[in-house]
Amino acid sequence: MAGEPLLNVQGVETYYGNIRALAGVDVVVNRGEIVSLIGANGAGKSTLMMTICGSPQARSGSVIFDGEDITRQPTHLIARRRISQSPEGRRIFPRMTVLENLQMGAGLDNLKYFKEDVEKIFTLFPRLKERQSQRGGTLSGGEQQMLSIGRALMARPKLLLLDEPSLGLAPLIVKSIFEAIKKLNQEEGLTVFLVEQNAFAALKLSDRGYVMVNGKVTMAGTGKELLANPEVRAAYLEGGRH
Amino acid sequence: MANSPDTGNPNLIAKAIKEGIFAGLLALGMFILFVGIETYQDISNALVWRTRWGLLAIFVAVAAIGRFLVVGFIKPHIDRRKLAKAKSGVLEISEEKGFLRTHFLKIALVALVLYPIVAVMLAGTQGSLKYVDNFGIQILIYVMLAWGLNIVVGLAGLLDLGYVAFYAVGAYSYALLSEHFGLSFWILLPLAGILAAMWGIILGFPVLRLRGDYLAIVTLAFGEIIRLVLINWTDVTKGTFGISGIPKASVFGIWSFDVGAANNFTKAFGLPMSSAYYKIFLFYVILALCLLTAYVTIRLRRMPIGRAWEALREDEIACRSLGINTVTTKLTAFAIGAMFGGFAGSFFATRQGFVSPESFVFLESAVILAIVVLGGMGSLTGIAIAAVVMVGGTELLREMSFLKLVFGPDFTPELYRMLLFGLAMIIVMLFKPRGFVGSREPTAFLKERKAIAGSFTKEGHG
Repeated sequence: MAGEPLLNVQGVETYYGNIRALAGVDVVVNRGEIVSLIGANGAGKSTLMMTICGSPQARSGSVIFDGEDITRQPTHLIARRRISQSPEGRRIFPRMTVLENLQMGAGLDNLKYFKEDVEKIFTLFPRLKERQSQRGGTLSGGEQQMLSIGRALMARPKLLLLDEPSLGLAPLIVKSIFEAIKKLNQEEGLTVFLVEQNAFAALKLSDRGYVMVNGKVTMAGTGKELLANPEVRAAYLEGGRH
Repeated sequence: MANSPDTGNPNLIAKAIKEGIFAGLLALGMFILFVGIETYQDISNALVWRTRWGLLAIFVAVAAIGRFLVVGFIKPHIDRRKLAKAKSGVLEISEEKGFLRTHFLKIALVALVLYPIVAVMLAGTQGSLKYVDNFGIQILIYVMLAWGLNIVVGLAGLLDLGYVAFYAVGAYSYALLSEHFGLSFWILLPLAGILAAMWGIILGFPVLRLRGDYLAIVTLAFGEIIRLVLINWTDVTKGTFGISGIPKASVFGIWSFDVGAANNFTKAFGLPMSSAYYKIFLFYVILALCLLTAYVTIRLRRMPIGRAWEALREDEIACRSLGINTVTTKLTAFAIGAMFGGFAGSFFATRQGFVSPESFVFLESAVILAIVVLGGMGSLTGIAIAAVVMVGGTELLREMSFLKLVFGPDFTPELYRMLLFGLAMIIVMLFKPRGFVGSREPTAFLKERKAIAGSFTKEGHG
C-alpha cells in the first residue's frame, strides 16, 4: 500500500476563536489508501476534516494536497482540486430531487460526464435509482447518506472525505455503505479519508488508522494493529461498539 | 373527523351548533368594544360614544354561522374527499391534468395579449383606460417586481426586505437622466437596469456573510437609506416634491405620444385623440418586460448559475464543498434581481410621469415580498397568480361601492386593503403553506420530467 502521499497534513493547529481545537496534527493519506480517523466526541475529528477543506483555515501548519499547499485556499478552490467531501450531517439539498443533488456534484466538469457517472452511482446505490425524482429531504437517513456520498463521487474526486458516514444509521445500512466504499477503493483505486466514531467498522475497512484525543493524534498504525491494540480496544471498542 | 360518512349525523350537527355558539360568544367578546361601541366628536368637539349593536350582531352572526357551517358541513366533506382519494390510491404525483391545467400558460398568454383589445371593445376607448391602466399595467408591474425579487428570495434564498430600493434606483435613473440629458426611454431602460444591478452588487458585498434575519435587517436598512437619500438630497432629487414632467416613452422613436409632436401616434393612424392608446402601448411594453423576466429566470434556472442559486438556498456549506463560489453566486443573484427591479422602476417612472420618494416606502417591499411568498417561492406561475389576486384585489376594492350600502356611506373599502391583505396571507399560509403553487419543476431528469408534488416534502423542508 505504499503509494506516494496524496494528502499531507503537517503540524496543523486550528482555533475556534481562542479555543484550540487542533493542537498540531500530522496525518498522511497515500494514494489508493483508505485511512480512518477515530476518536471520541469533541476530539477534533470533524475539525480536521473541515480544516482540510479550508473552513476554518489552519492557523499554523500546512495542508499539502497532490504536491500543492492548499492551507490558505478558499473552500471552493480546494473542492475544485477534486477533494470531495460528504460532510457531517450529510447536508444534501432537501428541496432538490435526488438527480438534481447529483447534478450539483457534477458541476465541476459542467455536467460533461453527468450521464455515465449517474449510472455508476446508481449501480453502486440502487436505492437512489428508485428514488431519483424524489426530493432529497424525503429520503430516509441511510438514503440521504448514500446521496451525500454519491454527490461527492459525482465530482470525480482524487480524495474522498467522509465525515461520520455511519451516524444514526441502522447496522445493515452501515454495512452496505462501507461495502460500497471498499468496492470503490478496490475497483477504482479511490483514496478515502474517513472520520468515524464506529471504530470497529472503520478500522476493519481501513488500510491505516489514526486515533485522535483532545486535538492530537495519539496513535497510528495499520487497521489491524489498531484493532488489536489493547488501549484502543479498551477506549473505543469494548466500551461502546456503536 | 366524522365516524360515519352521513351528513345528517345528529352528533355532528350538535357538535357544530355547540362550536358555532362558542365562536359567536368569542366574536362577541372580541368585538364588543371595537365594533359595538363607537366614539366620535360632537358639535362642541367633545368626545362622546354611541353603540352599534346592529353591526356587532352582523359580526357575531358571521362568526357563529361560519363556524357552524365549517364544522357541520365543510370539514366532513373535505375529510370524505381526502379519504376517498387515499382509498383509490391516487397520489398527487400521478394526477391527470385537465386541458386547462396543461395549457394554462398558453391560454394565459393569449388572454393577456388580447386583454387591451377586449377592454377597448367592451368599454370603449376611454372606458378601457381603467381596465388597461389600473388593472393591467398595475398588476404587471407587480408581477415583474415579484419575479425579480423571486430570483433573490425564491431561488437564491436571500431574504431581501429592501427590494424597493432598486425599483427607486431604476425610476430615478430614468427621471434624472431623461431630464438632464434628454435620453429616450429605450436607451435609459437598459441603463436603469445596469445602474440598479450595480447597486445590487454594492448592497451584496457587505451582506455576503449574513443570512436569514440578519440579512433581512440589513436589506431593510438599505431600502430606507435609498429612500432617505432621495428625500434629503434635494439639489438633485427635489426631495419630497418629486420629479414631474418625465417624458413619455415612444414607439422605438418612430411615433411619439406627445400631443404636440409631428409624429404623434394617434395622428399618424388617424385615430381620435385619447390617452388610452398610450396606456395600451405601455401595457404591451410591461408585458414584454415581464416575459423577458420570466424567460431569463427560466433559462437561468437550467444553467449552472441558476442551479448554484438553488443549492445556495438549501445549504451554503455543502455548496462550497462542491466547488461553488458562493461570493459570486450571491452577488449575481443580487445583481440580476436588482436589474429587473431597475427595469420595472424606469417603466414606472415613464408611466406615471412623476416620481417621488412616497412611492418607494417599505410597504412596497413588503407587498412585493408577500406576493412572492403567497405565490410559492420560486414558482413563476404562482407568483403571477398571487400578484393578480393581491394587486387586482385591492384595485377591485375601489370598485365595490355596494359595500357602502352594507356598512354605511362612510365606509371606504380601500382603507381595509391591508387588513384583507393580512387575512388573505393567513388563510393561504394555513391551507397552502408553500404558496399557491408549491411544487417546483426539477431541472435534472434522465428520461421524463415530473413535477414533484408538495405533499412529498416535510413541512419546514419545503
